[in-house]
Amino acid sequence: MKRFLERAVKWLLTASGFVTSLVILLIIAFLFTEGAGLFREHVLEDGYVLVLNRENTVKELSAAEIKAIFDEDVTNWNELGGPDMAIGTFRLEDADDYFTEEQLGPQYENAGSLIAALVESRPGMIAFIPESMLPEDPNLNFIKDKTISPGEVLAGSEWFPTATPAPLFGIWPLLSGTLWVSLFAILFALPFGISIAVYMAEVASGRVRNILKPIIELLNGIPSVVYGFFGLIVIVPLLQQVFGLPVGESGLAGSIVLAIMALPTIVTVAEDAMRNCPRSLREASLALGATKWQTISRVVIPASMSGIASGVVLGIGRAIGETMAVLMVTGNAAVVPTSILEPLRTIPATIAAELGEAPAGGAHYQSLFLLGVILFFITFIINLCVEYISSRSKAKYN
Amino acid sequence: MYGTADAQRIKGSDTLLPLTQELAEEYLAEHPDREVIVTGGGTGVGLAALPEKTTDIAMASRRIKFSEKMKFAEINLDAKEVIVAYDALAVVVNPSNPVDSLTREQLEAIFRGKITNWKEVGGEDRKIVVYSRETSSGTYEFFKESVLDNKNYMSSILSMPATGAIIQSVRQTKGAIGYIGLAYLNRYVKALAVSYDSGGHYAYPSVATAADGTYPIVRPLYYYYDAAREAAVSPFISFALSPKGQESVLGQGFVPVK
Repeated sequence: MKRFLERAVKWLLTASGFVTSLVILLIIAFLFTEGAGLFREHVLEDGYVLVLNRENTVKELSAAEIKAIFDEDVTNWNELGGPDMAIGTFRLEDADDYFTEEQLGPQYENAGSLIAALVESRPGMIAFIPESMLPEDPNLNFIKDKTISPGEVLAGSEWFPTATPAPLFGIWPLLSGTLWVSLFAILFALPFGISIAVYMAEVASGRVRNILKPIIELLNGIPSVVYGFFGLIVIVPLLQQVFGLPVGESGLAGSIVLAIMALPTIVTVAEDAMRNCPRSLREASLALGATKWQTISRVVIPASMSGIASGVVLGIGRAIGETMAVLMVTGNAAVVPTSILEPLRTIPATIAAELGEAPAGGAHYQSLFLLGVILFFITFIINLCVEYISSRSKAKYN
Repeated sequence: MYGTADAQRIKGSDTLLPLTQELAEEYLAEHPDREVIVTGGGTGVGLAALPEKTTDIAMASRRIKFSEKMKFAEINLDAKEVIVAYDALAVVVNPSNPVDSLTREQLEAIFRGKITNWKEVGGEDRKIVVYSRETSSGTYEFFKESVLDNKNYMSSILSMPATGAIIQSVRQTKGAIGYIGLAYLNRYVKALAVSYDSGGHYAYPSVATAADGTYPIVRPLYYYYDAAREAAVSPFISFALSPKGQESVLGQGFVPVK
């Protein structure tokens, strides 16, 4: 009976290990397949075409060029390598300006041929219309519809996921925003975290530690949306006044909130690591005549480096993946940040804010999964770094 | 699954969520034997759930997109559209801002980043800080269609996750401008009068001006449902359109249909 029980427990432990790993692998596979789907999507919205007059020689347009045309930022075809003609744009919503209700017909059944005729008669016009509306074999030129290229996504600096006719999925502003805000968060949290950990592990008396530790760990229990709200109501106006900013929502506000959130993780893990530093090392150092401070800085901290490093990484992990607090205080402007006092937009905030309304399976939806993949790689690389650091320091002290 | 045969699941736009919840409560008070389950998640979520048959009515704060319609057509789903209410969007600024009114052209230039200082539109010498909703919200799309003439916002616009956050930010930022639903208007922010005829007529946002058509930034709010299941959903929808239902519409700060 006892042996049977032991075997059952062993089996259960093995199974739970494998099931967990399998689930994690499945989640990663799902993330990757959905994310990679973006590069099979077309630049133009599904079911739509861009048509040009026969006289126009332009054959291909990038998503950014299409956006510039329809935003009327580019107004002549010669800027895009075409003939010297003024650009006129046509969307379905403009139909009322060109045709009357009677011309269009009650079910808009004449709309397609009317629009085709309009584009045929105006050399500089470009029309964005559903393919199904066009008559058979129209006497028009089509802009070649390409799939979204990885270069446009990875190096693109404009994030307009819902722009029509062609959405722009440049992730560079989001990626740089995430790295920028996390970097500053760690710059704030690291010195504070390590000093608190040293104080609690080495300096503070048992009574003080017993009071301080639960208070710091309490920070872990506060929901991130509460931090976000605190940031929006207290930190944002404060920064606005202190730095005289036109707008307080900024990368700095995000970094401060993230630093506060990462503190308890860094402190707890680093303090545990220092307290677990072997007594023999400490005694040897003191026996050699080292002062208490020398023992801390030359023996205890180097010996517990791996634990401190993992605390820092867990802290960074929390900062990079944090969603709600950042969403509320960074202003979410999708521009490449040039200073920490400007609004910026992070990857997790983008996913959280946009996934709810993105049509399932569409390019926007898949681009958000791609952002998830990128976030995964960032944390993966950080984890590898820590493994490397801790294995090196372990090898040194064992 | 475990509800009664005529349980209604309603999903979609967060703009319509509070209104639909109130309508559902009143509907249930009249018909205690029925069951109505209302959930939010966003317009896109609601419209994606309709062909998957995980909702009976999809709430939408924007019109259905062509791509979504095509998805419906693939499975021969004929989606019916009902307008339940109208929502007016108010353009708001910090109460300390002396500017009282703007034309559509000025608003377009501000939200597209072509005008960046308040003195260009008759205000103080102060940088304009432009707040917007998230790219995927129905409110964002509607404002883009109506005010920006379908052009894109500037990329450095500050996008806020919720209307409450826009109000909070406009309240504490002197140079701020943003847009919110009429129902959310309060004394911490100042609504601007808007003109769509280049300064000919200005109107302040209110239920009255939105209903009589003098205030221009007004959008319809929709329910979408499967035409094949009309019999199942029509009691609730006719209740929503009834005088009593439309009274709740007014009570929630929206503009009634009739």
